[in-house]
Amino acid sequence: MADLNSTFLGITSPNPFWLASAPPTDKAYNVNRAFEAGWGGAVWKTLGEDPPIVNVSGPRYGAIHSNERRVIGFNNIELITDRPLQVNLDEIRQVKRDWPDRALVVSLMLPMNEQTWAQYLPMIEDTGCDGVELNFGCPHGMSERGMGSAVGQVPEYIQMATEWAKKHARTPVIIKLTPNVTNIVPPARAARAGGADGVSLINTINSIMRVDYDTLTMWPATDGQGTHGGYCGPAVKPIALNMVAEIARNPETAGLPVSGIGGITDWRDAVDFLALGASNVQVCTAAMVYGFKIIDDLVQGLSDFLDDKGMASVSDLVGKAVPSVTDWQYLNLNYVEKAHIDQDLCISCGRCHVVCEDTSHQAISHTVNGVRRFEVNDAECVGCNLCTSVCPVDGCITMRPMTSGVDPRTGQKITSEKRNWTEHPNNPMCNS
Amino acid sequence: MATHLPGSPLSQSELEENFSDIHPPLSRSEALIEADRCYFCYDAPCTAACPTDIDIPGFIQQIRSDNIRGSARTILSANIMGGMCARVCPTEVLCEQDCVRNTHEDKPVVIGLLQRYATDPVIQSGKQLFPRKADSGRRVAVVGAGPAGLSCAHRLSTLGHRVDLFDGQEKLGGLNEYGIAAYKTVDEFAQREVQYILDVGGIERQPGRLGGDLTLDHLLGNYDAVFLGVGLGDVNNLGLDGEDTAGVVDAVEYIAELRQADDLGELAVGQNVLVIGGGMTAIDVAVQSRKLGAGQVTIAYRRGPEQMNASRHEQDYARTQGVVIRHWLSPRELQVTDNRVAGMLMDRTRLGPDGSPEPSGETVTLPADVVFKAIGQQLHWNQLADARDALATERNRIKVDDQRRTSHQRIWAGGDCVAGGEDLTVSAVQDGKLAAHSIDDYLRQNHG
Repeated sequence: MADLNSTFLGITSPNPFWLASAPPTDKAYNVNRAFEAGWGGAVWKTLGEDPPIVNVSGPRYGAIHSNERRVIGFNNIELITDRPLQVNLDEIRQVKRDWPDRALVVSLMLPMNEQTWAQYLPMIEDTGCDGVELNFGCPHGMSERGMGSAVGQVPEYIQMATEWAKKHARTPVIIKLTPNVTNIVPPARAARAGGADGVSLINTINSIMRVDYDTLTMWPATDGQGTHGGYCGPAVKPIALNMVAEIARNPETAGLPVSGIGGITDWRDAVDFLALGASNVQVCTAAMVYGFKIIDDLVQGLSDFLDDKGMASVSDLVGKAVPSVTDWQYLNLNYVEKAHIDQDLCISCGRCHVVCEDTSHQAISHTVNGVRRFEVNDAECVGCNLCTSVCPVDGCITMRPMTSGVDPRTGQKITSEKRNWTEHPNNPMCNS
Repeated sequence: MATHLPGSPLSQSELEENFSDIHPPLSRSEALIEADRCYFCYDAPCTAACPTDIDIPGFIQQIRSDNIRGSARTILSANIMGGMCARVCPTEVLCEQDCVRNTHEDKPVVIGLLQRYATDPVIQSGKQLFPRKADSGRRVAVVGAGPAGLSCAHRLSTLGHRVDLFDGQEKLGGLNEYGIAAYKTVDEFAQREVQYILDVGGIERQPGRLGGDLTLDHLLGNYDAVFLGVGLGDVNNLGLDGEDTAGVVDAVEYIAELRQADDLGELAVGQNVLVIGGGMTAIDVAVQSRKLGAGQVTIAYRRGPEQMNASRHEQDYARTQGVVIRHWLSPRELQVTDNRVAGMLMDRTRLGPDGSPEPSGETVTLPADVVFKAIGQQLHWNQLADARDALATERNRIKVDDQRRTSHQRIWAGGDCVAGGEDLTVSAVQDGKLAAHSIDDYLRQNHG
């Protein structure tokens, strides 16, 4: 059995699954239930200055559903904790005392002046928490007040606040980054420059879910008006994975410990984050959609996966896929794949044909010798993977590399020699 | 029918339960989940299998996107009786048989139920989806207000022509009203659908009955074109002595009586019911007899299960209702006691050298206090009066071309009365639709 014990910035937990700072970690009651269910750690819902903020007493969440009402995407306009600071601090202290083996990190959002940080950080750390996470991510509400993503979008602010936190904190400092930027590297670089022990990402993405088709007003709304919220859930995972990988592979940020967040619902999602460079993961939406019991699948799935791979611990997996991520210009342009349709599995829905015919390369038949049959024409197939993506039958269409002969589309001989764009004669910048 | 027999032994609530909707409608959640199972196939096999060419992936996509009215428009534009067809089509041998989900997981998308989900609200609300073109000034007589006639009349109306509708029955709808099994079309759906179709406008019911006070000559003299959708008015006889004995009953007539009954409990029900035949009428009368409380119900068919016109699905359903289906039996002699039928002496049959069944020499006697004749119907030529000489025939039905034109240049025909059809509601609707377009072409070309 693989060892799921996890150490992140020196903070230990029995597994790498923490609950992210969010509604599920707002109170001792919830966090106790999470730890009873088996979660490895929790980041307490973001604390702020007293008096506490006020939340709306109306819809705070909106969802995008599949027709089976599975939640695909989720958004929220809830602000940080709306409970008095002391209540939170007392509960944090008690929970940590009751669950010494679990990671308990406290999220924090404060105005941009050092005095406030100097005042609050010791109070928070006095609870016995394992670390602090600075919330520079929330894109709604608090950002209007100069906090959350308003800080996270300006690398200089990130560095400044990180420096203050590191000056006044004893425990590890994690910087939670906003994805509402065009390039995640500068914010991560700023966190590192400020002395951060690690970063966590992504926070939520600016979003409007839809309009109400009866009233033609934004939905969800508070008394007829709405405001953009933060988008999360399975739909955002690819965005998060890219940002995690960017940090992991960029020389300026490589090695900075990352806690991966964004749409993790089952153990495979966790594998994605870990393999692309995260040291542990945080989960919120899946817990809010299914309850804390999903931890069973996360833990058991990851454990079985590590066993299957012959990996002894989670750290063996961390970053495994990072070397496979590169810039487009370094992709091997001599490499050729062709789609192949397994006729025994094909159910003849014709989706591969119509999407290839309508939107791509006219490389799939619909009739062969007068019979409904879908076959790939290698002379037209560019290997784009569209047919594979739309085929409803798992494993029916596969992409197969050509290893010898001539590509019937281009007439070029297949070669094992690699050539990327930087070496390609069509590239005006090419040196060779 | 056999007035010596008692009424149903079942209570009102048992009868109600037995004759309730066989496939209750889908809820919105069920429909959305089911709609998601549709793969939106290219050149979809289900559509190719639909006699009316309904764009099935298209209407299911509209259900998925919550555009139910649009979905109904997609269906009804191809088949104005999409509501009834959703209930009575043998989907297991049409659209659902060709669903690619069968290959994938042996479980097709329930297209029929989705079609009902899409069409019920519009029939309920009466919302008209198809505007009529400007009045062409042309008038067409449609004879027979069954699925073929109503489909033709509706399409002609939307194409701008005025239609006079003739039908010998009290209510319009043809077999939808008088023939289809009651549990497939509850809550007066047939009449509500007829009303929806007539509400398009431009269709007037006229008194008169072809073969009675109405002649084809008269219609040809007064209308620009004539459509015949008269169905099959005559029931085939067994050809045995004593067919008029009490207890020997025409199944079609009994089903019509059942469909029109105010109180199902008052219908005469046998203890030992024998149904002769192998088509849908045989199944329907057998199943409904069981649902009315008949003790033993046996269908006797002179060939094997593969040759039955009723689909496998329908045969299986009959069995679940307690009907016994016996194959390779052919009626030989009615047994009569006290002027009432008491049983049937039957030949055991086998496949003869020419492929048709022949007596094997063995016989068997089945007791019966009711014998239903369900061995098919034929065109009631007397009804057509002077039309018989005017029209070419094929296998004793009216011969039509692929546009449903008869041999007479101003007469079109469709539904069960024409040769080459499948004797299904959906085929009749298609006949009416095709004929309407052909009539429209003719009227516009010849009368400008």
